[in-house]
Amino acid sequence: MQVTMTVNGTEVTRDVEPRILLVHYLRESLGLTGTHWGCDTSNCGTCVVLVDGEPVKSCTQLAAMTAGHEVTTVEGMADGATLDPVQQGFMEEHGLQCGFCTPGMMLTARALLDRNPDPAEDEIREAISGQICRCTGYATIVRSVQWAAAHPAAEGTTASEVPA
Amino acid sequence: MQVPAPFDYVRATSVANALELLERHGPEARVIAGGHSLLPMMKLRLARPDWIIDINDVAELHALTEEPDELRVGALTRHAELLDSDVVGRLFPIIHDAERVIADPVVRNRGTIGGSLGQADPAEDLTTVCDVLHARIVIASPGGERVVDMADFHRGPYETACEQHELITEIRFPVRPRAGSAYEKVERRVGDWAVAAAGAALWMAEDGTVADATIGLTALGLEGPAVEAAAVLIGERPSEDLFAEAADLAAAASSPIEDQRGPVDYKRHLAAELTRRVLGRALDRAAHPAVA
Ligand SMILES: Cc1cc2nc3c(=O)[nH]c(=O)nc-3n(C[C@H](O)[C@H](O)[C@H](O)COP(=O)(O)OP(=O)(O)OC[C@H]3O[C@@H](n4cnc5c(N)ncnc54)[C@H](O)[C@@H]3O)c2cc1C
Ligand code: FES
Ligand code: FES
Repeated sequence: MQVTMTVNGTEVTRDVEPRILLVHYLRESLGLTGTHWGCDTSNCGTCVVLVDGEPVKSCTQLAAMTAGHEVTTVEGMADGATLDPVQQGFMEEHGLQCGFCTPGMMLTARALLDRNPDPAEDEIREAISGQICRCTGYATIVRSVQWAAAHPAAEGTTASEVPA
Repeated sequence: MQVPAPFDYVRATSVANALELLERHGPEARVIAGGHSLLPMMKLRLARPDWIIDINDVAELHALTEEPDELRVGALTRHAELLDSDVVGRLFPIIHDAERVIADPVVRNRGTIGGSLGQADPAEDLTTVCDVLHARIVIASPGGERVVDMADFHRGPYETACEQHELITEIRFPVRPRAGSAYEKVERRVGDWAVAAAGAALWMAEDGTVADATIGLTALGLEGPAVEAAAVLIGERPSEDLFAEAADLAAAASSPIEDQRGPVDYKRHLAAELTRRVLGRALDRAAHPAVA
């Protein structure tokens, strides 16, 4: 079936089977491999993307169910060459180790800050509680989100300045 | 990397259309709401529908209306919406207690009350909450609509009065005066299903005695409310001893099984302890209702 949705601001259409999950649609049909896949039980949250601005586990939603909706993946977080403050926070505060959970964590953080620009530490921990960091780096993830909250309009680190 | 077995997909545009599609596509058609129980089951081939009928666009299933004598909650209301609703928290604090510990915030963005009741997992929290609050379930079928009491709706694990060709459209919670309610769950880690949980509601008489009470248990092998435990409360003046007696009766009515979440004696201990706590909190809330 033809599935049309808006991904990172661009309307896309792909012909996929109804059983294709959103995570597959993003990774395989669109080649957006920033969205990760970590479990078959909807527990790990590494697949989180924003659908209409809300964090959703993309392994537990059919691509077909997402037709007509707006999806944001990690690839859509930066504004051109300017990183989202959340991305910059993860750099400043060492919010990632292996990076596997990072796209999902950053998108949940983005949605949290959109709703609540100055969250308490508890609120940050609650927001990411459906997502597992295998490297157990929660303390620095929380600090990264706090950095982003404190720098809502980050000074505009450009993607080219990001160490490779 | 598990994906569901092949199926055909169609979106319903209204309740009437969903019922039509269920009829047209036969016994192997299944409705999908949040998909957070159905899709994991389909990945494991525990469910293998031929047709998926997506009801997420059916706006009439997505309302929350406060009537003078009841709160009406559309079947498609998400866990997160119940948790965000002030009117839900004011009238039925037990729903907020439960929603805070159902899954995790991301799952709660998608999972619905109708899907939870439709799934009827023995560890599912909202079934207990609906039992405790004497909720009534509206079921639409090709022949019309009927309203079913929770006692008749919930038939056992994974089994409800909603037939495969029917649709849960609304959950109605009766509003009664001098009410208090609470829920408490023990989980192995944040976001997990209950090791055990208990919920209670108390409706007080003007003279300070208990006019009516219900106690419900989750993941403890008891289907439906703990009737005998609640009965000892009715007509009595609340006290710690009275609540302890009811809590022991609730534990006696439970029949937990040993699994990876714990042994039987531990779970039975939780049945008593959690019942005692929720009765105390329900009483407190009946005495000090949240201001509108
Ligand atoms: C990681 C994880 C943790 C979870 N933890 C908990 C927990 O701690 N406690 C808890 O209670 N739940 C938990 N859940 C389940 C969650 O609450 C689900 O969202 C819920 O059980 C099902 O809701 P749904 O809308 O996703 O239903 P779906 O998966 O869409 O549907 C479930 C079933 O109900 C049927 N159905 C759906 N809507 C209707 C309707 N309107 N009329 C008739 N039939 C319908 C479907 O056909 C299907 O058979 C968890 C889920 C996940 C993935
Ligand atoms: S891949 Fe683990 S929750 Fe989606
Ligand atoms: S950084 Fe490795 S999983 Fe979180």
